[in-house]
Amino acid sequence: MDTVFTYLYQVGFAVSILVLISLGLALIFGMMKVINLAQGEFLMLGAYFCVLTSSMGAPLWIAIPVAGVLVGLFGVVVERTVIQWLYGRVLDTLLATWGVSLLMIGIVTTVAGPQSHSISSSVGRVVVGGFVVPGWSMVIIAGAVLMLLATYLILRFTNLGLIVRGTMQNPQMARALGTNTSMIYMLTFGFGSALTGLGGALLVPLFGASPTMGGLYIGKAFIAVISGGPLPLIGTMSASGLYGSIDGVMSYLFSPVLGEIIVLLVAIVMLRLLPSGITGGMRKGI
Amino acid sequence: MKLTRRQFTKLSGGGLAFASLQGTLTSAGLANEAPIKVANILDQTGGLNIYSLKQMKAVAMAVDEINTAGGLLGRPLELIFYDAQSSNQLYSQYATQALLRDEVHAIHGGVTSSSREVIRPIVQRFGGLYVYNSLYEGGVCDRRHVSTGMVPGQQLDALCPYVINERGGKRGYILAADYNYGHITSRWLQKYIRDLGGEDLAVEFIPLDVSNFSSVLARIQDAKPDVVWSALVGAAHMSFYRQFHSTIGKDEMMIAGTTYSIGREQVELSPEEGEGIILATSFYDSLGTEAADDFVSRFHEYSGETDYIGEYGEGGYRGLMLWAEAVRRAGSPEPDAVIEALGDTSFRGAGGLYTIDGQTNHTTMNIHVAVQNDKQDFEAIQTFDQMDPVDTQLVCNLHENPDDTTQYEVEL
Repeated sequence: MDTVFTYLYQVGFAVSILVLISLGLALIFGMMKVINLAQGEFLMLGAYFCVLTSSMGAPLWIAIPVAGVLVGLFGVVVERTVIQWLYGRVLDTLLATWGVSLLMIGIVTTVAGPQSHSISSSVGRVVVGGFVVPGWSMVIIAGAVLMLLATYLILRFTNLGLIVRGTMQNPQMARALGTNTSMIYMLTFGFGSALTGLGGALLVPLFGASPTMGGLYIGKAFIAVISGGPLPLIGTMSASGLYGSIDGVMSYLFSPVLGEIIVLLVAIVMLRLLPSGITGGMRKGI
Repeated sequence: MKLTRRQFTKLSGGGLAFASLQGTLTSAGLANEAPIKVANILDQTGGLNIYSLKQMKAVAMAVDEINTAGGLLGRPLELIFYDAQSSNQLYSQYATQALLRDEVHAIHGGVTSSSREVIRPIVQRFGGLYVYNSLYEGGVCDRRHVSTGMVPGQQLDALCPYVINERGGKRGYILAADYNYGHITSRWLQKYIRDLGGEDLAVEFIPLDVSNFSSVLARIQDAKPDVVWSALVGAAHMSFYRQFHSTIGKDEMMIAGTTYSIGREQVELSPEEGEGIILATSFYDSLGTEAADDFVSRFHEYSGETDYIGEYGEGGYRGLMLWAEAVRRAGSPEPDAVIEALGDTSFRGAGGLYTIDGQTNHTTMNIHVAVQNDKQDFEAIQTFDQMDPVDTQLVCNLHENPDDTTQYEVEL
């Protein structure tokens, strides 16, 4: 029984980390076909905003949503100044967002220094199946579930969510019906950025914040999103679930190295069999 | 860095030349002499920059102090800095560039053992001299290479008996970075643990970009060791200390680190995440000696920074001063002349007396076993005076085999 819990925890934690780092990217890529190479740096910015807010005296559970909101606002600024001129030009957005990422690393290094920062959480330790695990990893798992749930509820049940989905499916028709699609793009980009910032902030107590931390996650985020395919929610959940389970089990059974190797092998085989991702053949869903 | 006190000139292709202010050179009577050039290649950016930032400035400070005091052999020192951006490919490019285009008299720098092994053959091929200012896994036997940092015969010789015999850390679990430093150091750890009657339960190698240690921590809890030996390297691995604190905790299990503190981990982690970690080092800021206090205050004044400097910063200063002393003894900055003069060259620095052993081109120094307190600082437990690089001395004799370039590795 202990072993079962240990595996469940390893898998749950690995899946949650993947969801945190890739959900924002999946929304932006899946709904707007914008490849945001600065995704890792949006995460990093979320982590830094969280460190900054909590160093000004705010408790963690306030600092984290504040970080999400601030990164969301930053995303809106980036969308208005850079991305909005480049819709439909995939290669150009790639270059532009890469530039944004370099700029962000440079600015954060200059302002906050190249060293890493951390905040200890006061959540303590939790015993799962005879093993001590960080209480904070339970917060991370809960955070990932909440982020998925919130995204689903907003896109599925609100009027705004309907308009967003409509705009993504057929922008011309949406415009003909009187929707301000430019505003919708801006909001979606902002929302994706906010989710990413939230993810970055949630990582801080266990992983710290440093200017180059984005590079550690960007590869995994892209693998999850590309494997997930065009539907952001189902895609993220299925790809994160698949890769997280493999990584969690293999890392625990053997080593983190083997875990990553097998994840990459599975990704290669999967993209050969399903070139447009897990959700590539689905017509309905989010 | 205070830009007011020095001149920077951007060179093409990655180099950043540093020269002391013209006024300094004029008042030292050096303004019209041909400079002695020295290259420093380190990672100003990227995941390994935690080891380099203080060392860059400490080397620049050493150059400035030498120039202010009248230069070297009546000539000014010119420092050319290259940012290798934590990439071994750039180490190879800049080492070649430094020797061929910039025609430096010596190359300092390199952080990881893999970067050192990239630089060494290039220095060998073009007949240069390389000073590696970093602790490492030992065994490099090469007359064109000088090691000024600790090797296992110094560091582990001090650390392991304390942890195993005095703290009861018989059962050890080894975590090491997945490249040559971690692989060879883990074998040294196994050897020391076994020789001291302890047990090495497991060795795990962790790639430099892994920051999620949840599976590793689960396996450690399975194995229930007394102590976790950490030879982890780089910014991503710092998460280990965070995640260890929030799972097992140091009340339950000790951590002894071979690389801990050199990346200034203790100031970047929160006080509780680092408290109690055991290490052996040749220098830390609060050693309490007059020489250490003096070095720290000079560095703070020079750099305008007031935070922790640590072994890698002091190591860069130490390395440049040792090399400069060898140049004085040789009466020439030419690499081959300096190499002849290396043996028994010594420098009294912030951590005590450093002396180059001519048989191995490694350095004899004081080693301190220390434990981190609750104020992000270290407290000395034991000090070992003038420890020789015994591991490398066992296998390397440059007097008898001057053409040797091997890195000898420990056998289990």
